[in-house]
Order: sequence, then C-alpha cells, then structure tokens
Amino acid sequence: MTAGPVVRLRELHKSYGALPVLRGIDLDIPHGEIVSVIGPSGSGKSTLLRLLMTLERPDAGRVEIEGESPWTQRRGGQEVPADERHLRRVRGKVGMVFQHFNLFPHMTALGNVMEAPVHVLGLAREAAREQALGHLASVGLADKAHARPAELSGGQKQRVAIARALAMQPKVMLFDEITSALDPELVGGILQLVRALAEKRTMTLVIVTHHMAFAESVSDRVLFFDQGVIVEDGPPQAILRNPRLERTRRFVEAVLETR
Amino acid sequence: MIFDLSYAWRIAPRLVEALGVTLQATVLGMAIALTLGLALALARRSRFRALAWATAFFVEFVRSTPLLVQIFFLFYVLPEAGVRLSPLAAGVSALGIHYAAYCSEVYRAGLESVPQAQWEAAAALNLGRWRTLAAVVLPQALPPIVPALGNYLVAMFKDTPLLSAITVVELLQTAKLLGAQSFRYVEPLTLVGLLFLALSLAAAALVRLAERKLRVHA
Repeated sequence: MTAGPVVRLRELHKSYGALPVLRGIDLDIPHGEIVSVIGPSGSGKSTLLRLLMTLERPDAGRVEIEGESPWTQRRGGQEVPADERHLRRVRGKVGMVFQHFNLFPHMTALGNVMEAPVHVLGLAREAAREQALGHLASVGLADKAHARPAELSGGQKQRVAIARALAMQPKVMLFDEITSALDPELVGGILQLVRALAEKRTMTLVIVTHHMAFAESVSDRVLFFDQGVIVEDGPPQAILRNPRLERTRRFVEAVLETR
Repeated sequence: MIFDLSYAWRIAPRLVEALGVTLQATVLGMAIALTLGLALALARRSRFRALAWATAFFVEFVRSTPLLVQIFFLFYVLPEAGVRLSPLAAGVSALGIHYAAYCSEVYRAGLESVPQAQWEAAAALNLGRWRTLAAVVLPQALPPIVPALGNYLVAMFKDTPLLSAITVVELLQTAKLLGAQSFRYVEPLTLVGLLFLALSLAAAALVRLAERKLRVHA
C-alpha cells in the first residue's frame, strides 16, 4: 500500500456536448475508505465513476489512481499521452459494478467471472475456475455457476456482476446504483453483500446510492453532489442528519420520504 | 426442340466435374469475403480517421462498380502492374473483394447491435481490445447476421459464371464448350440451371439450419 491517496482528482471537468456534467471536482480518497456518493440524478455521480473507471476521458483536470494518471505517463522526464499498456496497468487497479449488470449474455455465470482472471491476469484455467467458484459461493450463487444470465433473476445477475468484479481484486471498487434496476425485495440482499465487503476493509469502495440509511451505516464519508460539483463532504451523520446546506437537507428528506 | 435424355446423361459427369471448380471458387471467394469483410468493418470503425475514411471510400467504390469490371480489372490490368494471376485466382480474388465490401456492411450492422455497455463491461474488467472483440463482442454480433451473410454466399455462388469471361472453366463455360462441340445447348444449359438450383436450395437450407442452431445457443 502506498502512502498517498488511492484516488486523487484535481479540477476535473467533463461535458457531454454542450452539457457540463462535472464542473471542477477536487477529491482525495485514502486507501480503504468507504465513500458514498449521493445527490439528485444528473448531478454527475455516475460520470464521476465513469471517469474513475477510465470509461471516459476528462475534458480538463486530472484523475490519479495511486498517484498515476491513466491518460498520461512519464517518459524522459515529460508527461506524454499514455499508451495502451500504461492505461491498462492503471485501469487494472479499479473495478466497477454497473446499474444494469452488463453481464456477458453468451457466457455462463462462471464464464463471466473467469474471463478476465484468465485473459488479463493470466491465471491458469483451473486456478481461475476454483477462485471463480469461490467468489460465486461468496455471493450466494454456488449452485448457479453454469446458468446463463438469461436464466437468472435481476438480483442473481447483480451477484454475478459483483463476483466478476471481485475476481479482479481491484484496489478501488465502484458501485454505480447497483440496486436501482432491481425489484424492491431483492435490494436488501445486494446491500448486505456490499456491507460485508465494506466490513472486510480489503479495498476502497466508492458507492453511488439512493439508500440514505445504508449510506449512513456503511460509509466513512459521504459526498453530496449537485450540478456537477461536490457541495458537501464529511462523515455520514453530519451530512445526512445535520447538513450544512438547505439543498442537501431537502434532497435527503425527499429521498427518505419515498423509502 | 427435344430434350435428349441420353445425351444429358452422357455429359452430366463433365458438368459435375466443372461444378467442382465452381464450388472451389465459391468457397475460396467466401473465405476471402468473410475475413476481408470483417477487417473492413473494423477498419471503418477505427479511431484513426484517415483509415476509417479510406475504408469507407473503398467499400463504396467496390459496391458501386460492376463485378464483371472488377474481374476484368484483376485479370487484364493487374498484369500490367506486374501482378500476374491465374484466371481462377483473379476470379476468386474479385469475387472475394466484391462480396467483402457487402459483407463489411453486414458486419457493421452486427457490431453496432452490440450495446455500448458490453464494451464498457469489458473495459471495466481490463480486457484488451482484441480479447474484447473476440470473446465479448463478436460472439454477440455474429449470430444475428448469419442469415444475411448466408444470402451473400448464395448470391456469390450464382455470380461464379461471370468467371467464364476470363476463361475459368467452371460450370457455364463447360456447358458452352459442350454446346459448341455438339451444337446442342438445351441439355447442358438446362443441367447447369438445375445444378445451380439444387445447390442454392441446399445452401439456403444449410444457412437456415445454422441460424436455428445459433438461436438456440444465444
């Protein structure tokens, strides 16, 4: 584990066409911290995760994972555009679970979990298989290893997606509204998995969620996003119980009412 | 005009033999069309604008010029540039390149049918560009386009008689030669038609079978 923060963002800007989505984000996340990100839709929460996952390139500003930008590298004392190798080395430290699971529909649950360990980390098939079965068991799907995504419920699909991301052993795991596409009765089980992961303290978690009670109980820190900037940043009780700003209070109340 | 069955029976073996050349041209031509077509589709999606643009131009150019002209070009013009191809090689190349242009458009539709989210899931798992293509994208892009590619296989098969124009002794050319020897054209040309009909129907059935197999697995 290196000394500095695992995630460091400086003056990060991102627009989609003429629409500014992130308007100057500065953020340091230390190793092992559990961070929840809340805020109205369109406030830039998901875009933040997409930038951390390197699915998007910043328009301006800097993303650093363990002190390295995925998009530039040092060569002969100069910052030059990163090559594919550098990008993938930095990207490998981050993993992500998506709102809509994004499983590979033509592979079994086991195939989904094994694919990257075998073809990215270079694990032997047998070892990867053992490990993948272990991850599937840890999310409660030992008996579904050979099922295709189409044969699984939404909750089960999301469990496979979590197992798939865990199998890559990232330093930073990103959860992008991972219960939003699920039937209400399946939400609790998925949140329980994330809670167990948080309690293990083996990786840094960045969780975009609308579950305030969950955010409060699981995280070390809550960020409130509004209109592309972080407007509040602090311990969960402070942000959720005694927000500094009126709009944070209104948002938290509005979300709590619908639950 | 009387159809002489015994004459037809006598020339059938020679026609079936010539059918071998026709099939060879089809199979080789399709092999080129499928691989080159995929390469063209990928090049057209390239991040390098110049490559994408040049590929788009090439595809449009090939699709907008007659196959027979392309066949003549490869056979009569290339030798002037020092590239001398046998009639069959020139014919197969022309068929392959011509249909590659059409297949590339089919591949393009197939690639576009795979949701962006699949590419992103692959990136989040840190899969490389080629592995993403081979293991994630193509297995989803190909099954829906098998029927369209199959149609081009049948179409190419039916275009092989054009190779007779550069002296490839395929089915039609053989029938013409037989006709010139005996002054009887009814039997050889009828047999040629029947052979094309039978094989086209068989190929279409095969494509349907493949389609069904793939749908079960999808």
